[in-house]
Amino acid sequence: MKPMLYGVVGRFETPQALLAAIRTLREQEPGLRLEAYAPYAVEGLAEALRLPPTRVPLITLLAGIAGALGGFFMQWYAAVVSFPVNIGGRPLDSWPMFIPVAFEMAILCAALAAVFGMLFANGLPRLYHPIFNAPCFDLATRDRYFLCVRPGSVKGADFDVARRLRQLSRLGASDSGEVWS
Amino acid sequence: MAENDMDTTAVSAGTPVLGPGWTAGGVTDKISHIVLGRGGPWTRGWKAHWRWRGALLISFSGVLVLLSASAWLFMRGVGLFGVNMPVAWGFALGNFVWWIGIGHAGTFISAILLLLRQRWRTSINRYAEAMTLFAAGIAGLFPIFHLGRPWFAYWLLPYPNRMELWPQWRSPLVWDIFAISTYLLVSLLFWYVGLIPDLASLRDKARSRGKQLAYGLLALGWRGDARHWQRYESAYLLLAGLATPLVVSVHTVVSLDFAIGNTPGYHSTIFPPYFVAGALFSGFAMVVTLAIPLRHYLNLRDFITMRHLDLAARVMLACSLFVAYGYASEIFTAYYSGDAYEIHMTQDRFTGVYAPVYWAYICCNVLAPQILWSRRMRRNVPALLIISLVINAGMWMERFLIVVQSLHQDFLPSSWGVFVPSFWDWVFLLSSIALFVWLFLMFVRYLPLISMAEMRGLVQETSGEDVR
Repeated sequence: MKPMLYGVVGRFETPQALLAAIRTLREQEPGLRLEAYAPYAVEGLAEALRLPPTRVPLITLLAGIAGALGGFFMQWYAAVVSFPVNIGGRPLDSWPMFIPVAFEMAILCAALAAVFGMLFANGLPRLYHPIFNAPCFDLATRDRYFLCVRPGSVKGADFDVARRLRQLSRLGASDSGEVWS
Repeated sequence: MAENDMDTTAVSAGTPVLGPGWTAGGVTDKISHIVLGRGGPWTRGWKAHWRWRGALLISFSGVLVLLSASAWLFMRGVGLFGVNMPVAWGFALGNFVWWIGIGHAGTFISAILLLLRQRWRTSINRYAEAMTLFAAGIAGLFPIFHLGRPWFAYWLLPYPNRMELWPQWRSPLVWDIFAISTYLLVSLLFWYVGLIPDLASLRDKARSRGKQLAYGLLALGWRGDARHWQRYESAYLLLAGLATPLVVSVHTVVSLDFAIGNTPGYHSTIFPPYFVAGALFSGFAMVVTLAIPLRHYLNLRDFITMRHLDLAARVMLACSLFVAYGYASEIFTAYYSGDAYEIHMTQDRFTGVYAPVYWAYICCNVLAPQILWSRRMRRNVPALLIISLVINAGMWMERFLIVVQSLHQDFLPSSWGVFVPSFWDWVFLLSSIALFVWLFLMFVRYLPLISMAEMRGLVQETSGEDVR
């Protein structure tokens, strides 16, 4: 496969430097394709990158509702339709007794949806990714912060690697380089 | 004073107390070194590690004992246990409630304290979650052990079968299997999701190909992308929010196993909150029991500080008071109801065959923890270890008494009897503790026992406050 330019990556020493660089870039060129990599969930990073809000909570809510309804329906169907047992004339649809299982099913479905929804939206598992070729990228899980400028932000525009490299070091990147996939 | 300085730089008042001078890189190296380090904690031979290796060998032989005892149990049946009529629920059920209770503090620490933004939890949540997972798993074994036909345990699950039978939805035992399996799965997910960034750290720090591969596969290719972190944080918070009511519901359902029966001593409305408080009580006692040797042996005093022990001790004290309220309420309700059987059961508790157990656990669970009112004792590590062990034992006795003493004298004097634990009862109790210890030792050896990603955040954010 022909190697393709994945992007230009700069390394930052502190989260503050990373955030400042992102804010500057976003103000100068709002359409730029930026990717940031951090060793922990840096507060304000999503806002600085202007990421759209995640849909994980919605998926979780829907799965939780589906779990509760499904769990309740399963019990109602079993006790009323499929296997009705008359015990001392008590009602078949004794719904308060069905609440515990319905509740547990709601939690279970919601939790599974939260985790698998998150992994799916993130495109994980994905063991290989071009960004792993960035110099010293193993520090991204220790204490360094990386900013990647991807080509193709503006249709048809040239991606001037040298200019981007200079721009990143001006913004405070201690080391920058290009990454090929 | 250094400690006061740390308090003032905290995110919220009085939070993270780490030893001074840690950086994001430093905490990562320190914690991953425990797992990966060459010339590190595990590779220095018998002389340096006889305690670790001794504990590992003993606990592993206990695991083998548990395996062979279960094989024997499945061959010979529950007659191995000391149970008979009228006490058909013996050690197995007591152990089950005790273990599931121990499994509560982990999720409590992780989920509820996360939602309350108590960042001191960061140092202890990972291993507390592991503790939860192992304890809840072991708890799940006991109901299966005590089934006459354990190979039919899956009949409690709804699945399409040719007999067209469904589980009995109105039975708390069916609620139990849903509650416990949900709790196990959600705890596992919560733990694993928390581990993903740390597994990526280990992958990047490992030097041998095998470890890189193993941790790399488990890390699922995590790369710390800001988009990923955003969804990750959202999912993690949601899991915490879901786990919080789950913690309460699991032990509530366990208590309903008893409360829905009309046996005197079981049939009590105080049971759900009282069981949940007791669960947190034994869980926190276990957290402290594990924290003290860990911080000592692995030199983690900067991470698991006196402040953590102090706060855990306060939680234990509060739980002790809750539990004491439960005991008092049980006695009050028995006399206030005027029900002859309830009153008899209560008096039997005070003076009957099992009275020594009763008074022993009153001493362990109500009297001993009162020492923790003293700030000096809360910061006295050996005393804290002893108290937490005493509480663990006391909570086990309480669970035993609730199960056995209520059954041994119920409505009909002609059918009264006494339960005496058999040899195998003790084998299962002790070997299940060995299994727990072995699983925990394996966890400490192969996975980071403190969340590195959260520690990095904690260190960065608190050091950032100095600059501002």
